Amino acid sequence: MADAGRWQGAADALWDAQRDGKPIEPLSDDWPDFGVDDAYQVQLVNIERRLAAGGVVRGHKVGLSSRAMQQMLGVHEPDYGHLLDDMFFYEHDPIDTGRFIQPRAEIEVAVVLRTGLAGPGVTVADVLRAVDFLLPSIEIVDSRVVDWRIRIQDTIADNASSAGVVLGGRPTSLSGLDPALIGALLRKNGEIVETGCSGAVLGNPITAVAWLANKVAAFGVTLEAGQIVMPGACTRMVEVAPGDVIRAEFDVLGDVTARFC
Amino acid sequence: MSEDLVGACADILDAAVARRAAIPRLSEAYPELTVEDAYRVQDERTRRRADRGDPVIGVKLGLTSRAKQSQMQLDQPVYGRIFASTVHPAETPVRTGTLIHPRVEPEIVFVMGERLEGPGVTAADVMAATEGICCGLEILDSRFADFSFAAPDVIADNTSEAGVVLGPRVLDPSSLDLRLLGLILEQDGDPSMTAAGAACLGHPAEAVALLANWLAGRSEAVEAGWLVFSGGLTPSVPLEPGHSVAATFAHLGSVSVRAV
Repeated sequence: MADAGRWQGAADALWDAQRDGKPIEPLSDDWPDFGVDDAYQVQLVNIERRLAAGGVVRGHKVGLSSRAMQQMLGVHEPDYGHLLDDMFFYEHDPIDTGRFIQPRAEIEVAVVLRTGLAGPGVTVADVLRAVDFLLPSIEIVDSRVVDWRIRIQDTIADNASSAGVVLGGRPTSLSGLDPALIGALLRKNGEIVETGCSGAVLGNPITAVAWLANKVAAFGVTLEAGQIVMPGACTRMVEVAPGDVIRAEFDVLGDVTARFC
Repeated sequence: MSEDLVGACADILDAAVARRAAIPRLSEAYPELTVEDAYRVQDERTRRRADRGDPVIGVKLGLTSRAKQSQMQLDQPVYGRIFASTVHPAETPVRTGTLIHPRVEPEIVFVMGERLEGPGVTAADVMAATEGICCGLEILDSRFADFSFAAPDVIADNTSEAGVVLGPRVLDPSSLDLRLLGLILEQDGDPSMTAAGAACLGHPAEAVALLANWLAGRSEAVEAGWLVFSGGLTPSVPLEPGHSVAATFAHLGSVSVRAV
């Protein structure tokens, strides 16, 4: 692993990119031995900075959880990022795309925890007991790296390319539900452009939560009661621009809409 | 196109099936071959099969999803026939040596309770005429090299048919939202793709309505008792010896094939 100075420098570059709305070249381009562990340290530098400024962690996201995304980046494992309080937007309330650089939207089954989960050793059964309810959701992702030219280290350092979350307001309990087989479709400006199913993420979003709980444990982090986990996308992501309306429709869970201005 | 040419194209395709050997596109040798000509070739081959004691038991739609259309670079749905001999028994391995380059795709299957005759058939008519819904896998095997074909080629080739496998459970259609019916496709246990029923023209019943109305233009109908395969919901995946493909659908259960 690199030293704290290198992590700080990389974190500063990403911080400035977000502040100025100007994406940077991939960090991995001129950091030959930039490892995944380095990348999480860079991510944590900027999370600490946001927490010091009053931010609050409200949950986590799992990224690269579909086979298609993993193949695109040539990896065999997901990654994760932090969801802070200033990343949550209301359904139907226009979201200013000006705060993003190159935003895209994904549709996900959000998992809300009733009790905390402390890894390592968290099983799928533990997660099932800990889940309070599921929500239909849209995740807004963005990259502070130019043209989304990311390797896995670049996206991890960039808080897993996270940018925002829109949660629907209709909770569904897990009981009687197969969390792997919730069909989903994504409408962009009314047209169905993608379909998929909740099992796109590691076969089952519950598995993604177990993976997350165990992964964050390596960094001394616990998933807390009340936190939200965005387990990964049911379909491919779509680009969004001012005026776009993204709507996610899920079997059993219902719908959620994000408007962009 | 003359009856002689229709017969000649049917001969070429029947021979390719028998020899298990890929052939060049018909549309190269016969650039004048239209979509309508191609359905006449399909009809001729269907008659020959019926004469050999292999009747039509259903119909199948192809290229109904954006995923399939972009995979095959064609933008119009097509249809073909399902024959009694090509319903593959569950749990029996597929012998790929009997095929050229088989592929598999997951579909929603309609079991028709009543005859559907167009024109003017709507998705609501389709649902009312449907006795049950199950899931299925279609086994595809284009007779054309590299699965490379224009619309008339694939239509004459009975839309690449090689077999169908039916899922374990037939449910009442009124209990299902086919638009949001989710599925996971696994290749050797790896969940590699997912989709929902809306991938098929927004709703699979819309595809069946389209089919019934097309068939009306050719003085045919979707018959009571037929199976209707409404079209692949994901891109097709290869079926290779020693490997398996499984599709698990919400509510409808799992259907799988393995190849030897």
